[in-house]
Amino acid sequence: MAETYTISNEALDRLFQAMAQDGRRILAPVDADGRIELQLVARPADVAQGYLQTILSAKETVFPKVERLLSYELEPSKVDLKDATPQALPTVLFGIRPCEASAFAALDAVFNWDTRDAFFNARWQNLAVIGMACTQSDAACFCTSVGGAPDSTKGSDILLKPLADASGYQAEVLTDKGRAIQALVPECFLSSEPSPFSPAVVESAFDQPALTAKLPGLFDNELWVDQSLRCIGCGACAFVCPTCVCFDIQEEADAKKGERLRCWDSCGFSMFTLHASGHNPREKQSQRWRQRVYHKFSYYPQRYGMLGCVGCGKCTRACPVDMNLKEHLKDAAEVQA
Amino acid sequence: MADLVSQAKELLDSGAVQVIIGYAAGTNGTRRPHVARSAAQAACLVFDEGCVQNLASYLVKPEVKRFGKAAILARTATARAALQLMAERQIADGSVRILVEAGDSVAVLDSAEALEAHLALQAEGISAKDRELLERLRAMTHAERWAFWQKELARCVKCYACRNSCPMCYCERCTMDCNRPQWVPVPSHAVGNLEYHTVRAMHLAGRCVECGECGRACPVGIPVHLMTFHAEDSVRRQFGSEAGRTAKLDYALSTFKPDDKETFIR
Repeated sequence: MAETYTISNEALDRLFQAMAQDGRRILAPVDADGRIELQLVARPADVAQGYLQTILSAKETVFPKVERLLSYELEPSKVDLKDATPQALPTVLFGIRPCEASAFAALDAVFNWDTRDAFFNARWQNLAVIGMACTQSDAACFCTSVGGAPDSTKGSDILLKPLADASGYQAEVLTDKGRAIQALVPECFLSSEPSPFSPAVVESAFDQPALTAKLPGLFDNELWVDQSLRCIGCGACAFVCPTCVCFDIQEEADAKKGERLRCWDSCGFSMFTLHASGHNPREKQSQRWRQRVYHKFSYYPQRYGMLGCVGCGKCTRACPVDMNLKEHLKDAAEVQA
Repeated sequence: MADLVSQAKELLDSGAVQVIIGYAAGTNGTRRPHVARSAAQAACLVFDEGCVQNLASYLVKPEVKRFGKAAILARTATARAALQLMAERQIADGSVRILVEAGDSVAVLDSAEALEAHLALQAEGISAKDRELLERLRAMTHAERWAFWQKELARCVKCYACRNSCPMCYCERCTMDCNRPQWVPVPSHAVGNLEYHTVRAMHLAGRCVECGECGRACPVGIPVHLMTFHAEDSVRRQFGSEAGRTAKLDYALSTFKPDDKETFIR
């Protein structure tokens, strides 16, 4: 059972100072010329006001867009191989939304599926999440259709809810990582009864368990062709997605030395799953779009017992051609098999 | 546009075209691309001020081409792109019906000649805001401009929304995706981002129809369209040619003329 506290605005200021003194960097949503971006902050005043979400997700804190895995130098009759060590700085993610906080579990499912990924784990162990419950939503949001909620505690080490009089926050301390943060300035956390909080209203859009049960029978449905005709095959959806985990290994090398890099990949790209033979099992955009939906709503539940989507709506907001995921899933849930 | 839907239905029902590339209502009152293959699917077509996207990239998309002959709703940018695609022999003259605004209905242009005549009457495409930004960039010193683009491109994640939304980026296999040999670094690091955007701007110099689709498509708000606008403008000033104005291929960067300025040789 989580402990409930009140943190005043002044106390939050002191908490930020204490976290910095403890050697942690603080990343939070910041207003950069109207774009909400995750950036380093020093104090609560640096955090954006009234933001809905960041454009890119917080996954880059544990799964950066480019990660060096190893490097090597070639010498006559010798290869000097060097493992890379991840730069896992102690980090606090402040103010990300409950949908994104819950997304780390979907990354964990893949990066610790069999082999434990040293890079992801080093970063994740050094990361604490102070989530911020939502008081607003938009047409792209659908957390409540995929098991989330605007005030869900899933994935947060501490969850904050703004107090109605804007004097501070109600804080639920949820995990050991959260308690370690609390222990930096225990006097800033005042014990209190849960106070009333009005979360954003996000109405359920479709029956997800029914959709997941139905997907295997929809594999050859024309629906995927119809939905993907306007898709231009870029990677915007996958790259803003907090759970998209596909990567590509790139080698940057010359005759004497080289580096092996792990880079974000996207099922939108025409070269996604292109084999060395030249064969591509998903040569059409409709097949790649179907893969995106199935990976998140069919294969993830089968393999990991969870969804690969948190309903944050980032993909919908980022899409240049308005591929609205909530709408597409609703249509899939309602189509005649 | 009262007659749009009935005109579209007639084009499909008569068999004049098999597909109409247009717009429909999108999220939050926006407009999104809509590919209609039947009269029923044409019922939700709209054509108004909110229809800002350049649709011409769908004219060369294999998944859309396979349906057969196409009609496309075209404001100036889409019409210029269609004409440039004809000039570059990506679509055949007469193979596409270009539907342009004409009062309460759409006028059908079905030849490059008709398109040229229509475009000769259309005003320039670059918005006042973009013009102002371009002037600001041009007034900068090299060092300032370098710093500006370093900062902007640091946000790039190489999702290729700029490339894929561009009607003039139609290569089946882009150089950016080649890894045998690898011409440009694939990873989205500083060098990879800079090389990609530089190559893209150079490849569009003299071919950019100035729709700004690349900048609009960018999820992280990098004004990448200013690069291609500037490259296009340089070609216009140096060689007097402009993309998307004629179906006659006259590409400055691959055509030699005895009276070309050679001011770059110093």
